[in-house]
Amino acid sequence: MKETTMSNHAIPVAKDNDGKNIWKFLVSEFKPKGKIFTPFNIISAPIILLGIVLIVIRFWKGIGSVTNLTQEVPWGLWIGFDVVTGVAFAGGAYVITFMVYILNNRKYHSIVRVTVLNGFLAYVFYAGALLLDLGRPWNVVNPIIGNSFGTNSVLFLVAWHFLLYMLAELIEFSPAIAEWLGAKRARKILSGMTIAAVIFGITLSTLHQSGLGALFLMARDKIHPLWYSEFIPVMFLVSSIFAGLSMVIFEGSISSRVFSSQISEKHHGEHNNIVISLSRICAGAMLAYFFLNVLVFIHDRHWDLLNTPMGYWYLLEMIGFVLVPMMLFFYSYRRKSLNLIKVAAIITMLGVILNRLNVTVIGFKWEEAVRYVPSWMELVITLTVIFTEIWIFRWVVRRMPVLRDSPLWAKDEK
Amino acid sequence: MGLDRRNFMKALGLTGVTLAAGNSLKAAPVKGEEVEFFGVLYDSTRCVGCQTCEITCAETHGFPAPTDAPTAGVIRKTSENCRTVVNLFNTSKGEVYTKNQCMHCNEPACVAACLTQAMYKTKEGPVIWRGNKCMGCRYCMVSCPFDVPKFEYFSSNPRIIKCDMCYDRIKEGKIPACAENCPAEAITFGTRRDLIREARKRIHDQPDVYADFIYGEDEVGGTGELYVSPVPPIESGFKTTLLNESYPSLSKGFLYTVPSVFVLVPVFLLGIHEATKNNHHNEGDDNE
Ligand code: SF4
Ligand code: SF4
Repeated sequence: MKETTMSNHAIPVAKDNDGKNIWKFLVSEFKPKGKIFTPFNIISAPIILLGIVLIVIRFWKGIGSVTNLTQEVPWGLWIGFDVVTGVAFAGGAYVITFMVYILNNRKYHSIVRVTVLNGFLAYVFYAGALLLDLGRPWNVVNPIIGNSFGTNSVLFLVAWHFLLYMLAELIEFSPAIAEWLGAKRARKILSGMTIAAVIFGITLSTLHQSGLGALFLMARDKIHPLWYSEFIPVMFLVSSIFAGLSMVIFEGSISSRVFSSQISEKHHGEHNNIVISLSRICAGAMLAYFFLNVLVFIHDRHWDLLNTPMGYWYLLEMIGFVLVPMMLFFYSYRRKSLNLIKVAAIITMLGVILNRLNVTVIGFKWEEAVRYVPSWMELVITLTVIFTEIWIFRWVVRRMPVLRDSPLWAKDEK
Repeated sequence: MGLDRRNFMKALGLTGVTLAAGNSLKAAPVKGEEVEFFGVLYDSTRCVGCQTCEITCAETHGFPAPTDAPTAGVIRKTSENCRTVVNLFNTSKGEVYTKNQCMHCNEPACVAACLTQAMYKTKEGPVIWRGNKCMGCRYCMVSCPFDVPKFEYFSSNPRIIKCDMCYDRIKEGKIPACAENCPAEAITFGTRRDLIREARKRIHDQPDVYADFIYGEDEVGGTGELYVSPVPPIESGFKTTLLNESYPSLSKGFLYTVPSVFVLVPVFLLGIHEATKNNHHNEGDDNE
């Protein structure tokens, strides 16, 4: 686009591509698109409503009124699943942006946007779920505005990284918003910031993915020794690679069905190729992860613990949910079997959930006589968070060029 | 072996510290050179289990008086309504009482955990909680090796409850309520250095009455609460598997590497980005 034509617009964002009024455009965009009574909507809407009621109760009567948390187990499903697991699944964004923008591997370009959008929303919602878990959320600004910096705290680091990373991902995604609004100049500026945002974002990701594990380093005596080691941060980082990519594969297989009208023939073909190469990366990362786990296990010499219920549970995780899906990824990569890859991705995701819960909830205070089990209300609120995220995701995908190609004017600029 | 790795982490960390000048992470104090923190010495051989400390503590801090008494075989716990409890243990030397409350660690895990500095190690020694800063994340509870901080789960304005060594009284020049009121003189308030000297003296003078240990001298890097007892710690309800180094040091290795990551990773990424700029891979190419 020529600068001269653009500079005629005083506020480039106020008019869209064809010079229509942007507000009318926005209002029309906020109307629902697509069918209202889909099975997903029928299931998710009541749960979201119930969840909202429960959230009100939670703030009114206290956290104990909806959760089963105890003085011994102060972090439960909301931290262990929503935050810790949710963020691991959002790891796809930093891996994919690394390959596309850092390694300049254009092959994955068509899935960058959807992955970044997914990552961004995951951070907003799952890291945002942290707010539900805060007893005194009105003080959440304290570590941010700088009147009380607990700089020795891993949680301080993680919280800041969440915030900054959301910003980085928003910048990475912003060209899509600009294309939606037809803001040509803004798009140009924003896409110019992509590389910087990507580099910043990857750096932040390595630190907070591992930081989520480092949170538990001081709980040395509370976490079952099979899951505690000083290498939790490394484990969390490495597993976030295949956690994120499995999510990308899984999400892609659903999106390509639900939003098939958005995806061009060309991209459809590309996508299969992408999934196949992703499966190889997953398998490689899982191999490294498995190897690391074996090393740590041998180093800590917990042989005696293997022959206990927790030991079997550990073996189940390591073999059933790491080794098996890893081999499945390798095998299906060889056979180029998309269906098997999807199966492997799902098993891997279950394994990541299992692992994160084992560190944060199941293996936490495992000897306690009364174990923490999440209440149904905690579950409903967790589902509310997930469903709301999917609703927003769908809203964005139906409107912005996420899966579908960018408008022609934006392509010219490449 | 663990040491080697830690040293490696430290070396890596040093790079980071030099890079980020003004980093507030400080080295652990060398043993024997502790600052003059106040502390409390509790002597199990003197305690008669009368619960006066529990009662005065409840009165001082506005909690309900205890309704149950120490019973052997029952572990009573502190809670959001109670900052200290005395428990009874059947040991090889008969019945022994042990008082439980915040240990006021020299290098508290809860303080290192707290991202708002709501948990705070005062220069006098007590570890206190400051409600105007706390955001209720409960990371202090996750991190405290003694499970001391408690949370008001059923309040819309919940507080973290734990012993603060009667910090307000100390500032007024008084001593903690429990120490002042204990009829058996089982609770002594003083500087940590003096208390350790006193504890050593008691053990030395009456070796047949005391077991030869001071709980809290080395545990978790040293605590403000110190204990002497007629039986080894394992018999009277102490945690015996804790590290003798400070708990914040467990995550320091990680935190030390952060500045170096922040400098090295972007440079590294930029380097690769420049190097690969001209080879746009396309379909079928598997060069990840
Ligand atoms: S005992 Fe726990 S709450 Fe008390 S100072 Fe030590 S870490 Fe903090
Ligand atoms: S609950 Fe409060 S005192 Fe405890 S770590 Fe969080 S902010 Fe700090």
